[in-house]
Amino acid sequence: MITFDAVTKAFPGGTVAVDNLSIELPTGQITVFVGPSGCGKTTSLRMINRLIEPTSGTISIDGEDVTKQDAAVLRRKIGYVIQHAGLFPHRTVQDNIATVPLLNGVNKKQARENAVELLGRVGLDASMATRYPAQLSGGQQQRVGVARALAADPPVMLMDEPFSAVDPIVRDGLQKEFLRLQAEVGKTIAFVTHDIDEAIKLGDTVAVFREGGHLAQVGTPQELLDDPADDFVADFVGRDRGFRGLSFVTAEGLEVEPVQTYVDGVRGVRLLLDDAGRPRGWTVNGSDDVRAITGTFTKQDSLRLVTDLAISSPAGVAVRVDGDGVADGAATHASIADHLADARRESAG
Amino acid sequence: MIEYIQNNYSEILTDLGQHIWLALVPVVLGVIFALPVGYLAVRRGWLYQPIVNLGGVLYSIPSLALFLIMPAILGTGTLSPLNIVVSLAVYTFALLTRTVADALLSVQGQATQAAEAMGFRPFRQLLQVELPMALPVMLAGVRVATVANISLVSVGALIGVGGLGALFTRGLQLGFMEPIIVGIVLSVLLAAVCDIAIVLLQRRLTPWDRVATR
Repeated sequence: MITFDAVTKAFPGGTVAVDNLSIELPTGQITVFVGPSGCGKTTSLRMINRLIEPTSGTISIDGEDVTKQDAAVLRRKIGYVIQHAGLFPHRTVQDNIATVPLLNGVNKKQARENAVELLGRVGLDASMATRYPAQLSGGQQQRVGVARALAADPPVMLMDEPFSAVDPIVRDGLQKEFLRLQAEVGKTIAFVTHDIDEAIKLGDTVAVFREGGHLAQVGTPQELLDDPADDFVADFVGRDRGFRGLSFVTAEGLEVEPVQTYVDGVRGVRLLLDDAGRPRGWTVNGSDDVRAITGTFTKQDSLRLVTDLAISSPAGVAVRVDGDGVADGAATHASIADHLADARRESAG
Repeated sequence: MIEYIQNNYSEILTDLGQHIWLALVPVVLGVIFALPVGYLAVRRGWLYQPIVNLGGVLYSIPSLALFLIMPAILGTGTLSPLNIVVSLAVYTFALLTRTVADALLSVQGQATQAAEAMGFRPFRQLLQVELPMALPVMLAGVRVATVANISLVSVGALIGVGGLGALFTRGLQLGFMEPIIVGIVLSVLLAAVCDIAIVLLQRRLTPWDRVATR
């Protein structure tokens, strides 16, 4: 656990970057610091590994005050990932990854072997080991950055906007793999981002910072969406927070209409199934044009997906499928609304 | 011409040999002194401007004047080769201090920040991260200094120690073109060979740099 106890950072000249911050980052979980630029989130992160020293207050990791430890030794126990990866251009991928083990005195051969193994864990081919960073794409460099931070198996990881500099599609892939990796390694992670969507997607806990280094709210992503503490948080989380909140409700127990007979008489829309009963598309007014199905959902999917499907289908319904891909129900706008109301009642009660 | 070379074969070689070490020993000395001073200019930011200014002043001293006042400073004889070596080392130092400082400044960024955050101590970070990254820029400076030294050595002939420069003074005194031509050709060749050697050394030491610009 990382504990901030009444931490303040004032820079010479009087700028207060972080003001009386107290927060706990639970062991084995991802805590996201999110907020607009200049809110002190990166300063807070960098005080954990003493790249910046606090003006007052204490930061401790598992009860030990970080400022009482040798900075270099402390840092080798804390993985660090930054925006553009910050790889060493003059070292090969494997030697970049082996950096901290080498600092710790592990012999070069073993450090390199471990590095190649780690490449696999972050989804890169072992043949990349002897390349230089300049030969990799941005996304690949960022993966190497994550592997480098993991190399000495530190209990704590600090990540400063690690996925901000890559394009949205690559970012999405990196985020998913990051969550998969975290499920395996269970590090205590402090993660800084200015992107509320990323915070909600990745955080077990999200700490929203506001200008002047104040903590506006700390909670689970759902708590922030359902119950923002004030106008600042509500505004920062965004106007579509209701829609985003649907991500946390699954389609389990959602009422559906029988699918075999589904015909929308008003719009003349009809669902087409193949011989096995899998949805193929829609026909409108008996025409031969088949409009391809935009997607289907299962009981495990989020209500956000269901709603999106219902909005985008010509019939205004989302098609549910079983494990074999066979259509077994159709969810209407009304049934989605009922299900959401039920879910709200449950979480309130 | 052929006849001149045949008759003065061993003398020309001696001049060439002297030229080589008079030019290259100062390069080594200059680098050795420029590295710590250039580093200091980066570590103590307020020293940067004074150090760069000092380099500029030193480099602006005419070479012949420096060769002539050296004996007074070093207590050496007027004909001592040490005068030339120390003078050229001063020029190399003056030229490279700024190059070293600027090269080290140019590599400050994501990678050095990451190095600090991963637990490098300052000296090891300098040796393993900053210097290797700064090497391409620093070696470009060494190329300039080496070629400049090779051309400056000849001036030493005016005070009696000048490697291939001796061929120029001899040719002038005797009203004889051959030694002058031989001296110019060898001097240019030497500069070219040294330049190529440093480029090859750089390719060997910084394979990553070629990859980056490909």
